[in-house]
Amino acid sequence: MAVKEYAGKMVELDADGNLAKQTDWNEDVAKALAVEEGIPELNDRRWLVINYMRKEFEAKGDAPSIRKLTKESGVDTKELYTLFPGGPAKKAARIAGLPKPKGCI
Amino acid sequence: MKKLLILGAGTAGTMMLNKLSSVLDKNEWQITIVDQHETHYYQPGFLFIPFGIYKRKDVIKPKRDFFPSEANVIVSEIEKIEPKENRVILKDSKVLSYDILIIATGAQIKPEETEGLKGELWHKNVFDFYTIEGACALSNFFKHWEGGKLVLNITEMPIKCPVAPLEFVFLADSYFTERGIRDKVEIHFVTPLPGAFTKPRASAILGDFLDKKNIKLTTDFSIARVDNEQKKIISWDEREVDFDVLVSIPTNMGDELIARSGMGDELNFVPTDKQTLRSSEYENIFVIGDATNLPSSKAGSVAHFQADILFENILSVIEGSEPHAKFDGHANCFIESGFGKGILIDFNYDTEPLPGKFPLPGVGPFSLLEETKMNHYGKVMFRWMYWNFLLKGTELPIESQMSMAGKRM
Ligand SMILES: Cc1cc2nc3c(=O)[nH]c(=O)nc-3n(C[C@H](O)[C@H](O)[C@H](O)COP(=O)(O)OP(=O)(O)OC[C@H]3O[C@@H](n4cnc5c(N)ncnc54)[C@H](O)[C@@H]3O)c2cc1C
Repeated sequence: MAVKEYAGKMVELDADGNLAKQTDWNEDVAKALAVEEGIPELNDRRWLVINYMRKEFEAKGDAPSIRKLTKESGVDTKELYTLFPGGPAKKAARIAGLPKPKGCI
Repeated sequence: MKKLLILGAGTAGTMMLNKLSSVLDKNEWQITIVDQHETHYYQPGFLFIPFGIYKRKDVIKPKRDFFPSEANVIVSEIEKIEPKENRVILKDSKVLSYDILIIATGAQIKPEETEGLKGELWHKNVFDFYTIEGACALSNFFKHWEGGKLVLNITEMPIKCPVAPLEFVFLADSYFTERGIRDKVEIHFVTPLPGAFTKPRASAILGDFLDKKNIKLTTDFSIARVDNEQKKIISWDEREVDFDVLVSIPTNMGDELIARSGMGDELNFVPTDKQTLRSSEYENIFVIGDATNLPSSKAGSVAHFQADILFENILSVIEGSEPHAKFDGHANCFIESGFGKGILIDFNYDTEPLPGKFPLPGVGPFSLLEETKMNHYGKVMFRWMYWNFLLKGTELPIESQMSMAGKRM
């Protein structure tokens, strides 16, 4: 299993490069993961999505799909792609310290 | 008298009806099945219609041909399930009560979900082949088409038979070659996935096939809208792909009935235990086939493996014990690859499609992830097996649990 340093903290990564242990997550780790995903700054809208994803994961045990995100987080698809260019569900899940959503098989 | 009610008489519902009718005591259990249509469509056959290989008549049969003679069949649209009341309401307000319910209402395409998809070019230059109407309209279009840009686009996952879009472009390559205009047709496969298929090893191998057949691949493309005027599709991140003819796999969703019943997820699929096939919410409701939210492929072969498991579990529940048979996500798909050849993949929840051999007593072995004539015959044979054995619930010489025999790691 790969180990990497984020925000001064050594964390374990799973096969997809997502955090292996959610307990390793904190806001600074999130910021460092975001930079790696090409997102220099986590603004309020991004935090809204990240926090929604964490809440959903806690309740359901799986990160939500884009469809679910847009339906329930209050951020529409267009904006999601602007906030997390390339792959909102995948990127936001990684920054939120969650495994890759099962929907993106 | 206890009541077992099956909603939907497609692939899965018909199999369950046949399996259960032959063993349940008729003095104890009354089995009823409801479907809105009298015609059974062999959906895997829709793939071949655009290329003139099958006609409409090759993919339809009356549903009643596949029901046991004593079956209690109701032809009606289902309005709603009231799971807390243990009853189902039909379109004409008729009420059916049940002790055990099996939901087998499948999945359908919803082109309305994508802006401009069902616009003025729908079934003129923009087609689907997941409905008989779409497949027949495309067949008529191709007959007179002289060439240009053919774009196949998957809107979003999951979709029924996730290999069908690949088969479509492989067959298009073969069809236009045989018509002598392959050099005038540009074939372009545009997918929201990061590769040609959902699972990494198969994705790489199938991607090579696209290359070899001179089919262009665009990945990570999530369609936002169709521009009917300029004939292009546009992604959420504003990438554009031009087309002369667009073949779309629209969003696949469970029936509206599931939403009306408040029982579905955001795509109207019913949350289901991935091993026992019992509804995650209601003890006396089971779900099978495309209607579930399982992370397995939505395919007839998968529904067939699920039917073996569900059959055992229903019998357990009827006897008052817990469901113990476990579905492993097994899928077995013949991929038609054109020029009379095919590719076979076999996988489950935990094991991705691997190369090697697939043994089948009396017929096999078939080659996995390789193009062979034998695999094409497997696909052709599937239709015959489907009509004659599978729907009737007859045991087939293929295990419902996946086996590693013959597979190369
Ligand atoms: C183009 C294409 C190619 C395919 N190729 C393959 C293949 O090669 N191999 C393979 O294994 N699978 C293939 N499949 C997938 C396969 O056809 C399906 O997975 C299978 O039919 C699913 O069975 P089901 O019983 O869950 O749903 P269905 O067979 O779709 O049955 C659902 C039934 O429910 C009824 N119903 C739904 N809602 C209501 C309502 N409100 N009221 C009344 N009735 C209702 C419908 O009328 C229908 O009869 C393909 C599918 C398509 C579209």
